[in-house]
Amino acid sequence: MILTLAFRNLFHDRVRLAVTLIGILFSIVLVAVQLGLYLGASKMIISMINRADADIWIMAYGTKNFEEAQPIPSRERFAALSTPGVVSATPLIASFTDWKKPTGGSTIVVIIGADPEDGGLTPWNLAEGDLASLGTRDAVIVDKSYLEELAVNNVGDTAQIGGNRVRVTGFTEGIRSFTVSPFVFTNVQRARSLLGMPSERLTYVLVKVAEGADPVAVRDAIRLRVPDGEVLTKTEFRDRSLNHWLFATGAGVPLLGGALLGLIVGTVIVAQTLYSSTKDHLNEFATLRALGSSSGYIYKVILAQAALSAALGYVLGIVLSLIIVWFSEGTALPMVMTPGLAALLFGLTLFMCAISAVAAISKVTRIDPAMVFSK
Amino acid sequence: MTGKAVLEARNIVKELGRGAGVVRALKGVSLDLRAGEWTLLMGPSGSGKTTLLSILGCILGPTSGSLTVAGHSTTGLNAEQLADLRRRNIGFIFQSYNLFPTLTAEENVRLALDVRGERGPEVTMMAQRALQQVGLGHRLKSYPGNMSGGEQQRVAVARAIAGKPAVILADEPTAALDSENGEAVMQLLADVASRTEHAVLAVTHDNRTLKFADRILKIEDGLLVGEERRPEGVDTIHQIARGKKKRNKNG
Repeated sequence: MILTLAFRNLFHDRVRLAVTLIGILFSIVLVAVQLGLYLGASKMIISMINRADADIWIMAYGTKNFEEAQPIPSRERFAALSTPGVVSATPLIASFTDWKKPTGGSTIVVIIGADPEDGGLTPWNLAEGDLASLGTRDAVIVDKSYLEELAVNNVGDTAQIGGNRVRVTGFTEGIRSFTVSPFVFTNVQRARSLLGMPSERLTYVLVKVAEGADPVAVRDAIRLRVPDGEVLTKTEFRDRSLNHWLFATGAGVPLLGGALLGLIVGTVIVAQTLYSSTKDHLNEFATLRALGSSSGYIYKVILAQAALSAALGYVLGIVLSLIIVWFSEGTALPMVMTPGLAALLFGLTLFMCAISAVAAISKVTRIDPAMVFSK
Repeated sequence: MTGKAVLEARNIVKELGRGAGVVRALKGVSLDLRAGEWTLLMGPSGSGKTTLLSILGCILGPTSGSLTVAGHSTTGLNAEQLADLRRRNIGFIFQSYNLFPTLTAEENVRLALDVRGERGPEVTMMAQRALQQVGLGHRLKSYPGNMSGGEQQRVAVARAIAGKPAVILADEPTAALDSENGEAVMQLLADVASRTEHAVLAVTHDNRTLKFADRILKIEDGLLVGEERRPEGVDTIHQIARGKKKRNKNG
């Protein structure tokens, strides 16, 4: 009967129910959008680190993120290769540079130079062209989402980097950059040439450890051999990049702040409507108390009302959020919705509604069952 | 035929308010309610009827004195323990019925049983039996808003008797009813009381109800001032109610 009574109390006043559900819905959508953008940003920030076939990264000391790294000597690669537990150490070039558009003007891009045969960090999701084409003269591969910005349209189109001609030999799909600067994939030698980087320099060494070897132990061993560079496990580099872009630059704070604000607004709206519903049904709760119900029974009715509101509001909110996710797919910062985020949102909705019930519960706690005799 | 005492109140005193504004609403009331007995409590406004009803119903605690319901003393019990005693032993009928407007007649009765922790298909049967007992077997699925005042009060009676409590307390059960429905409800309560498993006490101003009572208690200024058992006729009761003020501090 607790659920029946809660359900009927809730649906008794359709206008108030609508207000409650709209409050929950917008709260969920706001939180979903903010957290979805946060996750989307995180995914973009660490996409290269995740994609690279490396357990350990060797880089210049103080590197804060993937895109902004200084060159290091190539000998660090050999130092890594001589470390027990290391299976491979692959060179990787990554740096910002200018892309001169064939139509005039320029834009900043991030060059990524890796040899396909090494498999360190090669382009994926190829929509046109193939990896082998990177071995051909002037070859670069770019993402389809940046065609307009790069002023290229088809495979075979050309542009300039550092006074050198580049020719688009393939397109990837969905490899977007958090820095808004398009990624341009090429091989190591061409990357050096385009950037004017000496042959004994590289940006990263991607280290793969032997099966069963502990990456942390191998990292420590490499650190002894590479005293001037920085050696991080994949997880450490991921955390550092996220921390830099989301917190050191302040980019993630508004996203998390917006999510918190959404929660607060939702809690206030649900609390207000739940409280007013409880106040309207006070005589009924007093009757229940007079009939001998325990306080717990009445609390359960109110909490069931809150839970029902949460469940209904959540379903509406998640549907609207998924629609927004769908619409955001082609934008510069796509929103992400994962099963984990959906579960977190449901938990937050339940939490928000439970907190909202506190005021209503406090009201019925002070109820005087003798009021049933007053009319 | 009346049975054993199911409720015993001894020297109940109740003070309301605080400090200089304290009012002694009950000044030492003693009474017994026996199974199978139909008792009316009458008195003018402000005489302490509702306060006494609240105390006998374990809703209010007395300032002093003792109360025993179905063999359980209420002395020292906290609010939750009193609620437990209420739900197991006392049925209430209110002046304004106090039905849940969003629940059907059957659900209203089931709710009172649910509060007692009784669940399952048997509870639905109990609720239906109680409604059949009050002549509402055909209105199980009706909502209070679609029922007459008399029908609503009969649902309230069904709710009160469904759990077979030892004591049924009614607060002005006919006040909101026309004479025909009022008579029907009082007849119903008389039938309930005659089954000897319940003691019924009703607070009333309604003289039409006098002929149904086994006993009439008169309360004035916080004291029981008269008692009449098994009257011969309505006229006699009227005389008692109007003026044979035979003070009886111990009920």
